[in-house]
Amino acid sequence: MTTGAAIQLDHVAFSYGEAVMNFDAAIEASAITAVMGPSGSGKSTLLNLVAGFETPQAGRILIGGMDVTSLEPATRPVSMVFQENNLFAHLSVEQNVGLGRSPALRLTAEDREAIAGALARTGLAGKEKRLPRELSGGERQRVALARVLVRDRPVLLLDEPFAALGPALRDDMLDLVRGVHEEREMTVVLVTHRPEDARRVAQRMIFLDNGTVAATGETEFFFGPDGPAAFRHYIGTEQT
Amino acid sequence: MRGSAGMTATNPRVAAGILALAAITILIGGAFAGLIVEGVQDTSGALAAFDPYLFRVVRFTLWQALLSTALSVVPAIFVARALSRHPRFPGRALILRLFAVPLALPAIVAALGVLALFGRAGYFADLFGSISGQSWPGIYGLSGILVAHVFFNLPLATRLFLEALDTVPADQWRLASQLGMGARSAFRLIEWPALRASLPGIAGLVFMLCITSFTIVLTLGGGPRATTLEVAIYQSLRFDIDPARAVALTILQIALTMAVVAALMRLGANITGDANLPIAPRRYVTVSMQETAFNSVLLALALLFVAGPMLATVIAGLDADLARLAGEPAVRQATITSIVLATLSAALSATLALSLVMARRALALGRGAGRKTFLENVVDTGSGFVLVVPPIVIGAGWFVLLRHFGNVFAVAPAMVVTVNAMMAMPFAIRAIRPAHDAASERHERLCAQLGISGWNRLRLVEWPVLRRPLMTALAFAMALSLGDLGVIALFGSDAVQTLPYLLLARMGSYRTDDAAGLALLLGLLCLALMMLTDRLGKDFLPR
Amino acid sequence: MRILLSLVSALAISAAVAVPAFAQEKLTIYTYESFTAEWGPGPQVEKTFEAECTCDLEFVSVADGVALLNRVRLEGASTKADIVLGLDTNLTAEAKATGLFAPSGSDVVDIKVPGGWIDDVFVPFDYGYFAFVYDTEKLTNPPKSLKELVEGNPEEKIVIQDPRTSTPGLGLLLWVKSVYGDEAPAAWAKLRKRVLTVTPGWSESYGLFTKGEAPMVLSYTTSPAYHVIAENTQKYQAAAFEEGHYLQVEVAGITTTGAKNPLSQKFMAFMTGPGFQDVIPETNWMFPAGRTEKPLNPAFEALVEPAKTLAFSPEEVAENRKAWVDEWLAVMSE
Repeated sequence: MTTGAAIQLDHVAFSYGEAVMNFDAAIEASAITAVMGPSGSGKSTLLNLVAGFETPQAGRILIGGMDVTSLEPATRPVSMVFQENNLFAHLSVEQNVGLGRSPALRLTAEDREAIAGALARTGLAGKEKRLPRELSGGERQRVALARVLVRDRPVLLLDEPFAALGPALRDDMLDLVRGVHEEREMTVVLVTHRPEDARRVAQRMIFLDNGTVAATGETEFFFGPDGPAAFRHYIGTEQT
Repeated sequence: MRGSAGMTATNPRVAAGILALAAITILIGGAFAGLIVEGVQDTSGALAAFDPYLFRVVRFTLWQALLSTALSVVPAIFVARALSRHPRFPGRALILRLFAVPLALPAIVAALGVLALFGRAGYFADLFGSISGQSWPGIYGLSGILVAHVFFNLPLATRLFLEALDTVPADQWRLASQLGMGARSAFRLIEWPALRASLPGIAGLVFMLCITSFTIVLTLGGGPRATTLEVAIYQSLRFDIDPARAVALTILQIALTMAVVAALMRLGANITGDANLPIAPRRYVTVSMQETAFNSVLLALALLFVAGPMLATVIAGLDADLARLAGEPAVRQATITSIVLATLSAALSATLALSLVMARRALALGRGAGRKTFLENVVDTGSGFVLVVPPIVIGAGWFVLLRHFGNVFAVAPAMVVTVNAMMAMPFAIRAIRPAHDAASERHERLCAQLGISGWNRLRLVEWPVLRRPLMTALAFAMALSLGDLGVIALFGSDAVQTLPYLLLARMGSYRTDDAAGLALLLGLLCLALMMLTDRLGKDFLPR
Repeated sequence: MRILLSLVSALAISAAVAVPAFAQEKLTIYTYESFTAEWGPGPQVEKTFEAECTCDLEFVSVADGVALLNRVRLEGASTKADIVLGLDTNLTAEAKATGLFAPSGSDVVDIKVPGGWIDDVFVPFDYGYFAFVYDTEKLTNPPKSLKELVEGNPEEKIVIQDPRTSTPGLGLLLWVKSVYGDEAPAAWAKLRKRVLTVTPGWSESYGLFTKGEAPMVLSYTTSPAYHVIAENTQKYQAAAFEEGHYLQVEVAGITTTGAKNPLSQKFMAFMTGPGFQDVIPETNWMFPAGRTEKPLNPAFEALVEPAKTLAFSPEEVAENRKAWVDEWLAVMSE
């Protein structure tokens, strides 16, 4: 079993059309870090760069001390869960999870065992043969988490995966993430726009503004009276 | 979504697109090379071909297209309006379904149906004869061409106009009924603006289809007086062996189609047409008794006009000695040849279309928000260029080129397969691209993350999503290729005969019964394919 | 692409062409459609010759005589035809100029055609005179001359053939030319109004005529004999024209491909003998050009005899054909 790996963005420059971004940050190994910031501040881009969906124009990205800047997404030690479209609509729950083990879907007995275990852990036992359209929104994200479990990578990136769910369901899912994190101790980076999500699971925070890292620190510090002014301003305006 | 440049050449999807483009370029380029070489070798001959005959052919080409367009489009406006004013009556769905049939029907089958009805010895000859008091002259030449063109294009225009009318928001109809608008003011204030917006596009499309009509003019045209450019190209090669004249005619034909396409693009028309059955939204219209009566008569007439030749084809076909025909080796051989060639053509067409669709998507992803590269532009719009070059022109180019290297008739199968594949490609792209791009939108990052690529991606991700649209594209391409006469008329010989070629030969030796039987067979084949398309298209659940 | 192309052609050709038996020698003859029709001379000729030579005779047919020459020209030296059967004297000079035909080496002693025969490449197999055949039930007062035809009632339609594909069509063109000379375009401009349709081949025209779509058709003086003998009816008659009738002598020639096939010479000898010639009158409905054993059916005696035989020399036709056809096209497309 792998444990978490530290992530370092070393003067990473990236531009998308008009938007220019410069990230320089260190993300602590085996912690849950919440990434927050206004829309367009670059939250998703940050995750896409780490996952390898975007290539920086300058700078390096290191995971566990290894330079992954030029690696393909599939070869990086990273799993990512998106807000939607985490599943192939025509494949069953079991097959969708199985893809985490073999992109050709050629599964060994050992793989099948791992898949059954992951499905049980995420509360999906008995739904192996269902198609995504026969599942609820929360269940679909559970399938994605089950696949994260069978892939067993040291880094888990979550790009607002529960934003479309109701409050109670979202809390359940966050608890599931926290539980999984306690067992596996992987590095989790969670993008969210809800402060209560961050407070519920994250030990550390990164606040992005206008394509740069505006502040980092402990979650408690962020929400405390001495938290970064820009962050407090952000959640303040959000709440009114 | 993956990073910027640097990935184009190595990406297999882009490579497939480049390969497909190369294939298209070779096919079209080869044809043009043939024409240019011939033109250079015999410049004086090509120039001399610009004689009064040629200009008469151009004049006739334009004139018949203009008349056909007017006769198709103007009635179509009122038929579409009648259908739109009565969103629910028994048989409405049947009419719409029937109006979709000519789109899949090979032109030669329709030509036979028209002849069986309106020919000198047709089913209506006695009736018309007794009305006019003299023997019915039949419909040779312009009249026959017009009837057949209207048979094809009236239903098409009607469906397109109906689509335009269906875009009128339901709220406008609510408002109209609240304000108590009569039929006349509703037409003037609500329907006409919607129709007028789509009129140039629809008229342009019909004009284009009539200008490039080959089979109808070949079979129903009455000799030199009723010859279009396409038929004249065919005749100059097969009748006169006058490549210089063929080059001159081809240049004119391309200039003409390019001008029409350019005009169409300015008008924003969709030159690949559309085969969707519009669904009627709920209406809040009360229609007066007189108008209902008028519309009923109008619809009945349109129905008779469209169903008549189809019915005549069936009746005449059943009259034929079908058992003997089915037992004839020539018929069996032609059926097998037709099906083999159409299948190969459809497979090639779908492959080309898929390659271009995948390459376009891969290039669009690769560039991010940057400017479109030249390659992406070509991949994107290059396929549409095919529509400017009529099949007979490609055929003619290769014909004059290959003539120098031996027996041109030996390449008939390859020409039929490739040219028809090319012609069906823009339609195949239309069928495949939306599903492919939507699937890519959903799955691109997931595939990259999970390392699903190449064969695995095709098998696990693309095939399940694209199976249905691919089948639709295949069925359409097959129907198109099955009905082809333009290419096979040039390259056909009794060594390689397809069903339409055999049909033409039987018509030529005046074995009308045989021709009718074959027409029924060919029509049914294409109809079966169209129904398959319809079913596959409908089952598709966009999830 | 190239590999695909050749693969596709190979596949389709092998699917479309039945593999012939290699055990037998084979002779390939290109001819026009009505020759190989069930009711034409083809089937009987094939049977008799195959029995005589124990070989395989294959007919390949195209619409009509001019199309036949076009086909061979397009195929060039790689043509599969050993013999081309069905050209006429109006085409022989042009055919020779292609260099695709070899000397026949035939003995033409038995050949009897109007005007005699001297040619070392082509051998005649039948002859006839072009004529307009009419339906006596629909046309009580047929034209008595080409002039009457040209100037007659435009409502009485005729069906003719395209001179670019059909030997009768070319024949009519030359007939009008020989009668009207430089006035031919004006004559065509008048005649055009009577033309119901121009078909690519003779069989299509004649089919339209017998189906009743037109009361008059361009055909041969011998055509009525068919209706008398086969259908026992006098309904269809040929109209005798005062200016005379244009002669057609139909010929066959050995191609450069066929010069290498010993069966070619054998067939040419067979063609001028009774095995072939006896079949001609009542299947091709033309006068035999060679030695017959059966007497001609008396119905042939009753046919129109041309007041005068009209013909251009093959060289004259070769020299002017394109110009005259273009002239015709220009008038007919107006």
